[in-house]
Amino acid sequence: MNETIMRLLMIAVVLGGALFIASGLIWLERRLLGLWQDRYGPNRVGPFGTFQVVADMIKVFTKEDWVPPFADKAVFVLAPAVIVATILMPFAVIPFAPAMQVINLNVGLLFFLAMSALGVYSVTLAGWSSASKYSLLGGLRAAAQMLSYEVFMGLSLVGVVLLSGSFSLGRIVEAQQGLWFCIPQFFGLVVFVIAGVAETHRLPFDLPEAESELVAGFHSEYSGMKFGMFFVGEYLGVTLVSAMITTLFFGGWMGPLLPPVVWFLLKTFFFICFFILLRASLPRPRYDQLMALGWKVMLPLSLMNIVITGGILLARG
Amino acid sequence: MISILRTIWKVFLHLFRKRVTIRYPEERPSLAPRWRGRIVLSRDPDGGERCVACYLCAVACPVDCISLQAAEDEAGRRYPSFFRINFSRCIFCGFCEEACPTYAIQLTPDFEMCEYMHRNLVHEKEDLLISGPGKYPEYSFYRVAGLAISGKDKGEAENESAPVDVKDLMP
Repeated sequence: MNETIMRLLMIAVVLGGALFIASGLIWLERRLLGLWQDRYGPNRVGPFGTFQVVADMIKVFTKEDWVPPFADKAVFVLAPAVIVATILMPFAVIPFAPAMQVINLNVGLLFFLAMSALGVYSVTLAGWSSASKYSLLGGLRAAAQMLSYEVFMGLSLVGVVLLSGSFSLGRIVEAQQGLWFCIPQFFGLVVFVIAGVAETHRLPFDLPEAESELVAGFHSEYSGMKFGMFFVGEYLGVTLVSAMITTLFFGGWMGPLLPPVVWFLLKTFFFICFFILLRASLPRPRYDQLMALGWKVMLPLSLMNIVITGGILLARG
Repeated sequence: MISILRTIWKVFLHLFRKRVTIRYPEERPSLAPRWRGRIVLSRDPDGGERCVACYLCAVACPVDCISLQAAEDEAGRRYPSFFRINFSRCIFCGFCEEACPTYAIQLTPDFEMCEYMHRNLVHEKEDLLISGPGKYPEYSFYRVAGLAISGKDKGEAENESAPVDVKDLMP
């Protein structure tokens, strides 16, 4: 009984925390982008513009929630819910602190990969059900991009699994006691970060949206809170990938002095800022360049990483 | 690859730069002395209207936002009986100021003239006239022009010699 209540409480905390951070990112991203472009960003509503989130929410909720008459209605409505659900699920397996975890799956890593793979459905279905050419192009791009980067994302993590000998995220963090995996698995980290950016289709890999060519890509036809769901999904994705980078390569909750949760949040925050920095600094590649980078650079790199890691582990015995 | 990392680093360094934004209502922007803002009609040093209703500004105006009607007072001075500028059309090009032969119409460094209603942007002569001479404090058209008005006959203006008597044969 007590156990169940604790579990439910944990779910509420994680769910609330993830959504709180995701909505906070609306403000943080715009402020940081402003900072890196020598301007202010939202600074009018509330202290330092923090109530901008509330203002944006009110705006999104009062927008007309319109479903285009030519759209496939059921799928059109379902698509934005799918992305939020699939991205919220992996938060359940992330260890925020030694005992702070919704569920300690022994295949936590696989669960994360599976869920992020399911996210492809959302954008593809959104693009397809909108029945508009820009949305369809965006959806197609999203499908191709996310599926190919899914491959390297999985492969880049094999090194981590080899070193720690477990798919459980808690065990992976504990295996980094002496040395964080960012050093022995440096190439794995590079591939994972790039694949993570592509998975969340953030700039510079935001080709599914590509507002200069495709209006808004797969969510061109969306308005109101359905559009808001895609937005929240994107920010949740950024938070998730940052949390995963922290967990898999930077020792999760480990760190001196401060309590474990604080360390975890600090590291995650750092990578979120890094994601925003990428958006501030890099232009979008051409579509064939994106695919070429994936299959000609990332795939060999991650395969080589596996071979070398495996070789070293074998040689050590 | 190196160039990408260099780009990221360079953008990161902008963290320590000063921001260029001027937070407008609290901080005022510094406007250039020749800023072309709200149009005014100035007066000569004696306090009379400078405008002689020559229509040159209305002709020069590329968007036709100036309209006026010439009139003449008992002293023989021309003045506009009405003078209207439609600021919802005005593009602040300053051609009217250049065209004006009497320095009457002038553009000022003031841009805060928002209104909720379009028709409130139509400024009448009372709104346009200012109390002073504006940019050319000493200038007074009738003091230098050869035109005769009551109290100043031909040849009595500044730097003007007496008119030639065309019926006189003497050199």
